[in-house]
Amino acid sequence: MTTATRAADRAAAPARKPATMARALNQALRDALAGDPSVHVLGEDVGTLGGVFRITDGLAEEFGEQRCTDTPLAEAGILGTAVGMAMYGLRPVVEMQFDAFAYPSFEQLVSHVAKMRNRTRGALPLPITVRIPYGGGIGGVEHHSDSSEAYYAHTPGLHVVTPATVADAYGLLRAAIASDDPVVFLEPKRLYWSKADWSPQEPAEVPPIGRAVVRRTGRTATLITYGPSLAVCLEAAEAAKEEGWDLGVVDLRSLVPFDEETVAAAVRGTGRAVVVHESSGFGGVGAEIAARITERCFHHLEAPVLRVAGFDIPYPPPMLERHHLPGVDRVLDAVGRLQEEEG
Amino acid sequence: MTVLDTPAWRPRTDAAPLLPDPEPHRLLGTPAAARFDPALLRTLYGQLVRGRRFNQQATALTKQGRLAVYPSSTGQEACEVAAALALRAQDWLFPSYRDTLAVVTRGVDPVEALTLLRGDWHTGYDPRAQRVAPLSTPLATQLPHAVGLAHAARLSGDDVVALAMVGDGGTSEGDFHEALNFAAVWRAPAVFLVQNNGFAISVPIAKQTAAPTFAHKAVGYGMPGRLVDGNDAAAVYEVLTEAVERARTGGGPTLVEAVTYRIDAHTNADDATRYRADSEVGAWREHDPITLLEREMAGRGLLDDTWRRTVADEAETMAAALRERMNADPRLDPTELFAHVYAEPTQQLRQQEAQLRAELRAELEAGREAGRPS
Repeated sequence: MTTATRAADRAAAPARKPATMARALNQALRDALAGDPSVHVLGEDVGTLGGVFRITDGLAEEFGEQRCTDTPLAEAGILGTAVGMAMYGLRPVVEMQFDAFAYPSFEQLVSHVAKMRNRTRGALPLPITVRIPYGGGIGGVEHHSDSSEAYYAHTPGLHVVTPATVADAYGLLRAAIASDDPVVFLEPKRLYWSKADWSPQEPAEVPPIGRAVVRRTGRTATLITYGPSLAVCLEAAEAAKEEGWDLGVVDLRSLVPFDEETVAAAVRGTGRAVVVHESSGFGGVGAEIAARITERCFHHLEAPVLRVAGFDIPYPPPMLERHHLPGVDRVLDAVGRLQEEEG
Repeated sequence: MTVLDTPAWRPRTDAAPLLPDPEPHRLLGTPAAARFDPALLRTLYGQLVRGRRFNQQATALTKQGRLAVYPSSTGQEACEVAAALALRAQDWLFPSYRDTLAVVTRGVDPVEALTLLRGDWHTGYDPRAQRVAPLSTPLATQLPHAVGLAHAARLSGDDVVALAMVGDGGTSEGDFHEALNFAAVWRAPAVFLVQNNGFAISVPIAKQTAAPTFAHKAVGYGMPGRLVDGNDAAAVYEVLTEAVERARTGGGPTLVEAVTYRIDAHTNADDATRYRADSEVGAWREHDPITLLEREMAGRGLLDDTWRRTVADEAETMAAALRERMNADPRLDPTELFAHVYAEPTQQLRQQEAQLRAELRAELEAGREAGRPS
């Protein structure tokens, strides 16, 4: 290839520059608002301030206060009015400022958002996206670091997705807003400032909601994870090389629908599986995944499916959170225990 | 200039015009009733008689096991009927679980309106057909929906009002507060009708609120509060119509408290004698919405026996038809359980549907083997 043709290639394809997940989410909202007049963003502080994490930065300015609306400070009211807006044909995208602040809206979510399509025999689908910054690792004080995914995943009628990469953040949010079903869109807030080469002019192709992605293939064991724990698992997989272990990593991306096929295929390839997430283990998403792996892959398993999860405690104060959050060492310990098991 | 001169603390509205009148608004039996259209009085009367008969028939259906439960609105028919009649075709009604009669009066097929209470599905009607939201069992949660819909309609430039109904107990819920606050801040074309029927199941209003009236709560949100005799069909109609028109013309939301009484128990499963005296119920029976209207119409020569009998016969025909239709077992397809969870069923739901189909086939075959007709 000549220098001239390389230059031409560069001119044709826009340069991919490092972009944060926050930037990609902002662009997804901007593109959704621009592409569909029925899309409306609402929440506390989403307008002039651009959201406390700046995910809605500049949207009110560009699309007007009617399309990006600062609401009264009331989560049930935000989601409840979004239900009525969706009943009238709009596509509301609501922001719950922090995970634990979404709880006042739980009744609206569970009793109405999740069930309206079902209650009305399909007559009233609710295309609502509920954006919730979730999880710890940012030194937040009490009520700012909950991982609430199990509550939502346990509620039939909701889709629950969580991106772990910049490209997924954009692609999944566009898909969530376009979905005719309500989507709980969990944003791992400690990844807001994670960067990747990404271009808003040419966002990468992202698989649809409901599909997991194999981030890394391996032969020793499979790590199954999502959202904030993906980075931990990838780092663990790198570190495991020193032990001579070759770890595969599956990023679920979507907790509901759950992609059993991708997970089962990956686990069958290694015979050993560890599910990793930072929310509490008891009654958590990991328990569901472990049970399904056992049901589907029992004869391929060389060892029990293990879980590496946060402790079963209320989210700890920031100076202690590092002891709670599963890190690389805990993941490697679990993989080590798997090796001790004889098939 | 002190800090307190800054706009943040200043009253944003003048409270005085928002305050409700000290006494509930009444029309029937007062000189002011003369201004009320006689044709409208006849319509209200016909609907009240029909509504009373509907309540009796639905209650009877619970005794026959045809309805799992029926929260009767006997005694509250004036509120139910007026709520439906005050709206235009393009408007939306957001009922609570006690408001089946308003839903039917709005034009929803009675059998479809009773589907929830019969138990063959949750909402039996298409909400968009008559613009009636699903009957809401959780308290006050439908109020923010009404606000959101009204807001969306206004953003779309449409001439649409949303009227939401709630009981006195529902006013204690957080969603009541949030809905009224959003509506007032957004100036949404919404009307809130509180049917104060005295009790939230067994808890009397004195233990529900310390506010002078439920209508007074409006002032705190910056919207007018109106107090009306909920058994005076003409007065409820008048107040609601005014509120709906105010909303339609950009005047924002109104909170209306209709003072009424629940003659029957909370539902057929409730024993009302445990929390209220017969004498109290008796006094309210004297203030019955049908009696009030009959007295007014008779005094003005608008009610003759022939027409009265015609109205009663029509109500009886409606009840007989309802009874007959409700006595037929609904045809249910159990696999429909999986049809409306998501736009596309998940892999797990498809597997569960296959499991249910297999179970249904096995039941059918077992029935055949046992010699029962399939």
